[in-house]
Amino acid sequence: MSKKILPLVLGAAMGVAATTAASATTLEDVKAKGFIQCGVSQGLPGFSNPDAQGNWTGLDVDLCRAMAAAVFGDASAVKFTPLSAKERFTALQSGEVDVLSRNTTWTMSRDTKLGLNFAGVNYYDGQGFMVRKDLGVTSALELSGASVCTNTGTTTELNVADYFRANNMPYEIVAFEKADEVVAAYDAGRCDVYTTDASGLYAQRLKLTNPGDHMVLSEIISKEPLGPVVRQGDDEWFNVAKWTLNAMINAEELGVSSANVDDMKSSDNPSIKRMLGVEGAYGEGIGLSNDWAYNVIKNVGNYEESFNANVGPDTPLGISRGVNALWSDGGFLYAPPVR
Amino acid sequence: MSVMEQDSAGAPARASLLNDPKVRGIFFQVVLIAVLVFVGYNIVSNTAANLERQNIASGWGFLENTAGFGIIQSLASYSETSSYGQALFVGFLNTLLVAIVGIFIATIVGFVVGIARLSDNWVISRLAYCYVELIRNVPLLLQIFFWYFAVLRAVPGKREKWSFFFDSFHLNIAGFRGPKPIWQDGASLIGIALIIAIVACIVIAQWARKRQESTGQQFPVFWTAVGLIIGLPLIMYFVTGMPMHLEHPVFVDTGPRIRQGFQLNVGFNLIPEFLALTAALSIYTASFIAEIVRAGIQAVSHGQTEAAHALGLRQSPTLRLVIIPQAMRVIIPPLTSQYLNLTKNSSLAVAIAFPDLVSVGGTVLNQTGQAIEIIGIWMAIYLTLSLVTSAFMNWYNQRMALVER
Repeated sequence: MSKKILPLVLGAAMGVAATTAASATTLEDVKAKGFIQCGVSQGLPGFSNPDAQGNWTGLDVDLCRAMAAAVFGDASAVKFTPLSAKERFTALQSGEVDVLSRNTTWTMSRDTKLGLNFAGVNYYDGQGFMVRKDLGVTSALELSGASVCTNTGTTTELNVADYFRANNMPYEIVAFEKADEVVAAYDAGRCDVYTTDASGLYAQRLKLTNPGDHMVLSEIISKEPLGPVVRQGDDEWFNVAKWTLNAMINAEELGVSSANVDDMKSSDNPSIKRMLGVEGAYGEGIGLSNDWAYNVIKNVGNYEESFNANVGPDTPLGISRGVNALWSDGGFLYAPPVR
Repeated sequence: MSVMEQDSAGAPARASLLNDPKVRGIFFQVVLIAVLVFVGYNIVSNTAANLERQNIASGWGFLENTAGFGIIQSLASYSETSSYGQALFVGFLNTLLVAIVGIFIATIVGFVVGIARLSDNWVISRLAYCYVELIRNVPLLLQIFFWYFAVLRAVPGKREKWSFFFDSFHLNIAGFRGPKPIWQDGASLIGIALIIAIVACIVIAQWARKRQESTGQQFPVFWTAVGLIIGLPLIMYFVTGMPMHLEHPVFVDTGPRIRQGFQLNVGFNLIPEFLALTAALSIYTASFIAEIVRAGIQAVSHGQTEAAHALGLRQSPTLRLVIIPQAMRVIIPPLTSQYLNLTKNSSLAVAIAFPDLVSVGGTVLNQTGQAIEIIGIWMAIYLTLSLVTSAFMNWYNQRMALVER
């Protein structure tokens, strides 16, 4: 008996020791396995949502596809892992996903205490409230005594507590694990108010029985900069995530889109030439080929294309650019130059 | 083994230590323990080193930080400014509440259905049979969703209500409301009276048993106990000048629509998440308990009933004094498992927003990122709850066990 167990146990012990030794960089790992494992939401229209064929689309999904295009020149080299709000950080920390692109708010504690790095902001959001129109509410300050439905494990849970406390209004919080259950409970009338990021409210409203009966109040009670997250201590991969996003924003600013990117290669503008890898060798610095940004724009498009296709005015969500416009158009989007 | 024994027996002098089965046994056990300790140490130190390397916070300090989120139902005092530790404690109490109420209801329903299953009345036994087969074959999570989402939609909305019992209890989508007793000065005397009544009951029961054993005379212990436990506090209530008033829930149906409906924190409220979870858990577990009870009763041979009847016992004492004590020996061990199952299944609460230990712990986990500590707390608490339940049921089982002479 013991003779048989012994080698097994020793093997297990060495296995434990071995796992610590193996720690290649994420970029090397990704290149070796041939795809990026991307953590997304369990279904948030416009940001990350599977269609009937199981293809993922959305603003957050496009970012993962853009990273795959930057690394492999192939935007389809991505596998998606749907994660609940609660699971997402653990999944990234443990290496189950390579990048988390899941409408995740950049906060100080998440940036500093969880061993994670936020690679930028791909959507500037803020928390809002949705109510039934027949309640006759026009301001969030009239919500005293309301019951509020939301998701557990999110910043929204904390913001709503702060807001109601600061305004001295009693409230009742009903917090669900999954967004679909929040929608179902709100739809059933369990709560007067549904609160989450404003973009999420527009997206989830589409799932209600009568979307027209509900309205999003104008108050925005928090800053919710949403962006992609990677593990801390792996600067090479951090750079890939950061510069993929920057490339999409810079491309919009420079007027480069998936339609004209091939023509733009012969542009006279040195900024465009540097970005598309015609001039200089900027790919070396982040461990990719020189046409990394060309691949991103060619395969996925610039930020504007992604925004308009997923959440823009012509989509069911109908969100205007607002603060998510380029800095030159009065918005917050500003990417450092490729130089 | 046998070969080695022959060897050592065959050798006239002391065999080599290497071939001594006892020494070898000890040696391998020592090696095994050393390896286990090594593996355990490796796991712990590796985890600590990796957390350190990845800049992930660890340690127990977070328990004292401010939680900042609200909890819909708390049995202990809790607000957004309370600590994570207090939030977890509130979650633990909620788990405990669901477990205790669930076990209580499941036991009663289970026993009733189990006995009904053996009824001579065809309709009753068929109904019990259908109940058992229907409920125990549908996954529990679906039943929780059914109770929460399907039944919830059937009750009136927040701005309407169903009222019962002379307009003092109300049901709507926001919960089941009723009057809340507010105790005033002198109310503690009523509690003391209740404790005195319970102690008196135990003393009387012991005295009555001794008297019956020595003289054969019976004493109506049950009705005396009922009288004492209800009567004594009631007398004290009137003596102290009725130190209690009822706070009725306030229902508003005028003014702005958002303010209409029941007002928060007035009166007594069972939130729908609690109702749905408790209903699903107890009804589900009761279907298993019913089968256990049926099996237990059927395990007592019919000869026992006949013998009791032959001694002149009527139906009721036969059941109470002969059948049930013997059936309990068969019932208790599997019943314990069902109680443990119910307690552990209560963690499905997270699906319907009931703030139990797992739900609150999940929120804390997400706010602090300290997965290992939170999961450790979860496991320790569920393990403790289960071990305590087990220990109690084992003690009860020993009491009920057949004393062989």
